[in-house]
Amino acid sequence: MQLVLTEDQELLAKTAADWVREHSPVSRVRQLRDANDPLGFSRAHWKQMAELGWVGIPFDEAHGGAGMGFADLAVVLEALGRTLAPEPFFSTVLLAGQAIAQGGSDAHKQAWLPGVCAGEKILALAYQEPHSRYDLLRVATQARPEGGGFRLDGQKIQVLDAAAADALVVVARTGGGEHEEEGITLFLVPKDAPGLAVTPQTRIDHRAAALVRIDGVHVDAGAAIGGVGEGAPLLAQVVDRATAGLCAEMLGSMSQVFEDTVAYLKTRQQFGVPIGSFQALKHRAAKVYMEIELARSAVMAAVRALDENAADVAKLVSLAKARCSDAFVLAANEAVQMFGGVGMTDEYDVGFYIKRSRVAEMTFGDAAWHRERWARLGGY
Amino acid sequence: MAEIDAFRDEIARWIAANAPKSLVGAPTAELEGVWGGRKAKWSNPDQKRWLDACAERGLTAPEWPRAYGGGGLTREEAKAFRQELAKAKLPPPLIGFGLTMIGPTLLMFGNEEQKREHLPKICRGEIRWCQGYSEPGAGSDLAGLQTRAVLDGDHYVLNGQKIWTSYADLADWQFCLVRTDPNAKKQEGITFLLFDMDTPGVSVKPIRLISGSSPFCETFLTDVRVPVKNVVGKVNGGWTVAKALLAHERTMIADAFGGAAGGGKSKGLSGFARDYLELDEAGRLADASLRHRIAQTEMDTRAFLLTTQRARDAAKAGHAPGSESSMFKVYGTELNQRRLEVMLAIAGPQALGWEGAGFDDAELAMTRDWLRSRANTIEGGTSEIQLNIIAKRVLGLPD
Repeated sequence: MQLVLTEDQELLAKTAADWVREHSPVSRVRQLRDANDPLGFSRAHWKQMAELGWVGIPFDEAHGGAGMGFADLAVVLEALGRTLAPEPFFSTVLLAGQAIAQGGSDAHKQAWLPGVCAGEKILALAYQEPHSRYDLLRVATQARPEGGGFRLDGQKIQVLDAAAADALVVVARTGGGEHEEEGITLFLVPKDAPGLAVTPQTRIDHRAAALVRIDGVHVDAGAAIGGVGEGAPLLAQVVDRATAGLCAEMLGSMSQVFEDTVAYLKTRQQFGVPIGSFQALKHRAAKVYMEIELARSAVMAAVRALDENAADVAKLVSLAKARCSDAFVLAANEAVQMFGGVGMTDEYDVGFYIKRSRVAEMTFGDAAWHRERWARLGGY
Repeated sequence: MAEIDAFRDEIARWIAANAPKSLVGAPTAELEGVWGGRKAKWSNPDQKRWLDACAERGLTAPEWPRAYGGGGLTREEAKAFRQELAKAKLPPPLIGFGLTMIGPTLLMFGNEEQKREHLPKICRGEIRWCQGYSEPGAGSDLAGLQTRAVLDGDHYVLNGQKIWTSYADLADWQFCLVRTDPNAKKQEGITFLLFDMDTPGVSVKPIRLISGSSPFCETFLTDVRVPVKNVVGKVNGGWTVAKALLAHERTMIADAFGGAAGGGKSKGLSGFARDYLELDEAGRLADASLRHRIAQTEMDTRAFLLTTQRARDAAKAGHAPGSESSMFKVYGTELNQRRLEVMLAIAGPQALGWEGAGFDDAELAMTRDWLRSRANTIEGGTSEIQLNIIAKRVLGLPD
């Protein structure tokens, strides 16, 4: 494993950085928020990202994708993370899209992936429940056999881009008790299925999320992604992939908010000198720098481990998420402190980063959860 | 790729044919390693045989030019050699400040005569070096050093005191910083000098540390006459040489501690913990807070090692190195301290022994290591000085 970008990845990074600078400043996120936009992102921007080939990066060429790797996707996500672009990469590409790509039948893939890669179809993965926290096995949503298919009942929370989605991948129990690996199944449910109710939720980062009530939704047997009752490993694999992608995005966000902070330290004057000349602030800034450097190494290792199918991929994903969670939260907290009073104002962008840092931290497990997982994977 | 594989095969065969069997599995830690020098003591005669065999092939300094006793190997070949050594569970034939600090500095700043005089003796393990930098009044403010060197014919006459001179009592030569122009700006009146520790007027006194050992010394210099030809670089230009050497020192310290940070010896921290802590029904460590600290230390170590790997990969790909040595020095040393703190927490009251009954040797050594580790964030430039360097050089924050 080489922890360095290839020439192609350098080029991709530059293209993405240029595009972000021109088309996706943080002010765009502010406008979407202020307009109370029900979609939470821009379809025009999503379409452009698809035309640039970014949306299809991790999908097979046979299904309209580019057949590239996570190390490539990470480069794009990092660039987008710099200005907090809210387009539906996680819901559509990394969660539901990967569930279909990794576990779906040919029919599922043909039906959905070309549309996803073209930027036309939006998907969502409904997996989190009111009491599940980060435990993927804690699924109370039930799927009972009915009329040759299944009847689904339950409730999902904070489902990303559910309102915009054309279909939802719903995680439900066809068997087994709470916490059991056995009996989890993933179902592909069209958004207009009777019994499905989507209520938008407003979170601190203003990315589109929703409560999803599932009351007697009927799906036929062909809606199951992968084997019935055998969905837990697939779900774990998909969430690991999405976690690695999230880490790449977090890396971009923390790098940007830190660079903004360092620039502010050089310009803001107090006592007649730039505040960046004070040793108390220098040392804190140097520590944030080190934490971001370590986070970057962990992210690069995790996405390469995914591409190489390495044996310790789960540990490396947990390493990346633990480090990114801590580093992003630190960088954002320090940013608000070092900006001082204006860091508390809505007018400055810093606030967008501190809010996003908490959402990202608590998506797919926080640092403590991933340290516990590391210990478990290490047999202690 | 084929060439490096051929080299690897060849060097592995050479190791198998030449390495004494008695050294397989020998400890590679600082105190037990082979430092060489005129006062060298050989706990096993095979150590000397192994050193001589390696030196003859230039393998004590694999990447140095052959003309000066090195092996003339590429970075990749040298790495393959080290990997094959590790695979065969063999210690490096020679360690010490000649190889890690003064040698690389002479290669950069020394004149031809100095390189020919000193480098081969380092490679053969004949001369052991020590570092005369700090003084009682010049710690973090190193450039404030006061040891005077006054020109007298073709000699400098040195007067002053050095402190924290690691292993000065065992060393043969010292590289040091002296003030040659007391009227210049403090960084501009410093010269980098080499002298033989046997020169009249040099005396050394070991300092007893809180760990009970005495790796550091005071060096007193009274009218010590040093030939002018022993100046490295320019007279009054020593600060440039000194800073380059400090970067080598930081890298050495970071490598030593970052590499060791994997955990309690070979078992890792979690394995070490199993000897002391209760397990739950599933066989996991029952104490959740210690489990958490162990995982965090292991993970931070992995992230640190990945970062050093990334720096090497970037250098190989032709990217200019940044000021990584400061970051690695801060993080590597703090990790080593944290690892030992966690080990103490795991061992609990068994970590409290100084000597004698009721504590086993490993426990006593661990506790001494912990005390010794408190110096890691002080020696070679404190963590605070490294953070200053990062703030200035990497982040561009103003003075």
